Amino acid sequence: MDASSIKPFIQSIQNVFSTMMQLQLEVGDPIVKQDDEPSFDVSGIIGMSGDVVGSVVLSFPQETAERVVALFTGMPQEEIGEALPDAVGELVNMISGGAKGHYQDRKVSISCPSVVIGANHKVARPRDVPCIMIPCDTDCGSLALEVALRDCKSNETKGQGAVAAA
Amino acid sequence: MKVLLIDDSATMRNIQKSILSQIGVGEIEEACDGQDALSKVGAFQPDLILVDWNMPNMDGITFVKTFRKADKATPMIMVTTESERARVVEAIKAGVNNYVVKPFTPDVLSQRINEVFAKTGVPS
Repeated sequence: MDASSIKPFIQSIQNVFSTMMQLQLEVGDPIVKQDDEPSFDVSGIIGMSGDVVGSVVLSFPQETAERVVALFTGMPQEEIGEALPDAVGELVNMISGGAKGHYQDRKVSISCPSVVIGANHKVARPRDVPCIMIPCDTDCGSLALEVALRDCKSNETKGQGAVAAA
Repeated sequence: MKVLLIDDSATMRNIQKSILSQIGVGEIEEACDGQDALSKVGAFQPDLILVDWNMPNMDGITFVKTFRKADKATPMIMVTTESERARVVEAIKAGVNNYVVKPFTPDVLSQRINEVFAKTGVPS
């Protein structure tokens, strides 16, 4: 993954947060996440397949997730309860879908979202796909978008180039 | 006016229900996927259908194709994260009358609904 492949995800998360929640989202410097590092307490996960394969994880501390979902749904924070996983799933779905729209020259499908809730959980990924963590700050608290994708079409093109060069 | 909302996310259905109530929609039926919608649409007889694309069991595009075999008239709007031009073309060819990309503002959804009824006629 290079910097250009992260850009659609940054644009998409900012668009989703501003459009659906009127919430400003400040993006920090992306870093490579180590395999053994846990995510925050609540993680929405989307799988991508086709010309681009991997996963996108939107991860929040519990309190931040509740505040964000309260804004998203219009529900009071203390009443969110069972609505939390569905709302987090829909947020990561919109972020992934928006970023996927930038891959106009690729055939990419996204899965239905899954949501994991619990302290210190880890999201497993293929070892050969680096995970880029994009730290984000909002008035509701900090959160992270974790993007671990392999562009198969780009690798294919590189491979063909190598054969042609040989 | 009667609207059938098809989305696997209860959160999205609630958000759309709130927007529809604000623009005066009186009756709303909900379905959590294409299969659920097919089982409800006959009895409910909606004036408008809002349908998501990515859903378990039966996705939105399969619902649209299946429903259009029997009903060519009821307006349908696809409300989805699928924003690629090829997807929009595929949905229009399958029979949707308009398209809304998530995330959306209440104004955008209202505008698309008005556009549809400007073409098909507002239900009485």
